[in-house]
Amino acid sequence: MRVSTDQVWEWLDAVPDPEIPVISVVDLGIVRDVRWDKDTLKVTVTPTYSGCPATSVISMDIETALRDHGIDNLRIETSIAPAWTTDWLSPKGRARLEAYGIAPPHPAGGPERCPRCGSKAVEKVSQFGSTPCKAHWRCTDCLEPFDYFKCI
Amino acid sequence: MTRDEAFHQFLLRMGDNTLILGHRVSEWCGLAPVLEEDIALANTALDLIGQTQMWLGLAGEIDGGKSADDLAFLRDAWDFRNVLLVEVPNGDFGRTLMRQFLFDAWHSIMLGRLIKSSDNRVAAIAAKASKEVAYHLERSGDTVVGLGDGTEESHARMQEALDYLWPYVGEMFASDDVDAEMVKAGIAPNPADLRAEYDALVGRVLTEATLTIPESRFAHKGGRDGRMHTEHLGHLLTQMQWLQRAYPGATW
Repeated sequence: MRVSTDQVWEWLDAVPDPEIPVISVVDLGIVRDVRWDKDTLKVTVTPTYSGCPATSVISMDIETALRDHGIDNLRIETSIAPAWTTDWLSPKGRARLEAYGIAPPHPAGGPERCPRCGSKAVEKVSQFGSTPCKAHWRCTDCLEPFDYFKCI
Repeated sequence: MTRDEAFHQFLLRMGDNTLILGHRVSEWCGLAPVLEEDIALANTALDLIGQTQMWLGLAGEIDGGKSADDLAFLRDAWDFRNVLLVEVPNGDFGRTLMRQFLFDAWHSIMLGRLIKSSDNRVAAIAAKASKEVAYHLERSGDTVVGLGDGTEESHARMQEALDYLWPYVGEMFASDDVDAEMVKAGIAPNPADLRAEYDALVGRVLTEATLTIPESRFAHKGGRDGRMHTEHLGHLLTQMQWLQRAYPGATW
């Protein structure tokens, strides 16, 4: 069966990121290419951080999802160039991150506002957080700590 | 020495630096003074091990199809090519962060040059790793300033850490036949050429940290060419490699 690549992208947009399940692997910008090579579907994935343990889980989730849709001839390739950047996060993904309580990446080097109360009075607690892609911040108005998706 | 042999040695040097430092930093997991620092150290170690997979993966590829795991777990101390700086024991938290800063500063400058490597694979790994290392450097530099220009106790400990570690800095800028071959091929810079930039960067941060750089330029050497590692590397490997040595091929 050879479905359109648009259809495949749509299916992949339903595969959640294992660490941040409110966004899909497509929202995260790590699916770089989907194409047919004769009868084999090739999906190219790029890691977020080089040591991120979620990378192998993501490849497995993608494979499982596509097999469930009846694609048997499938190859997942990893490519590190060009290096992943948070610029590739989709607008939908950014909005969902914020609704989930994670401040989306912001080029100024810190969160634009507290994802809970919207206050701009925020301070850094630590440059690292619960996963390699996040840092730990705090709102000095509502006093809640929150994750910030680092801008790289 | 052929170009391939030199390239292989160069890749081992890059990958062994990140592997051994990554392992050392991971020794802090669960032991750091506060939770945020524990998480930061574990994440730094994770980045370094991830970078190791890329460097040693490529080294293994040009060395008859070995895997990064083969190289990490099945070589003995004399086959490792990391600089001595990364294998010295952690000491206290201050010494660990000082070592991290002294390495991060070199690492960020080195990767900046490697992004322009004539070898596309090297350039791609460097581009990926340099984003992570910029972050490591920001953190280790800030912490060195915070502790150096902190209390009397933290200042004294950071000065002690700098005095202890400084003689290990010179090896990162040593040059030999491997480097000459890499320069000729346009793959990597001559490490000696990075020293001025390093001294400027490190000097600026250490001045802000109110710390004094030791005058002596004496340098311990023997790690990056494998001639003489410290006794600490063997102890580290017994822990890191134990499982694969006891149960060859074990996976889970």
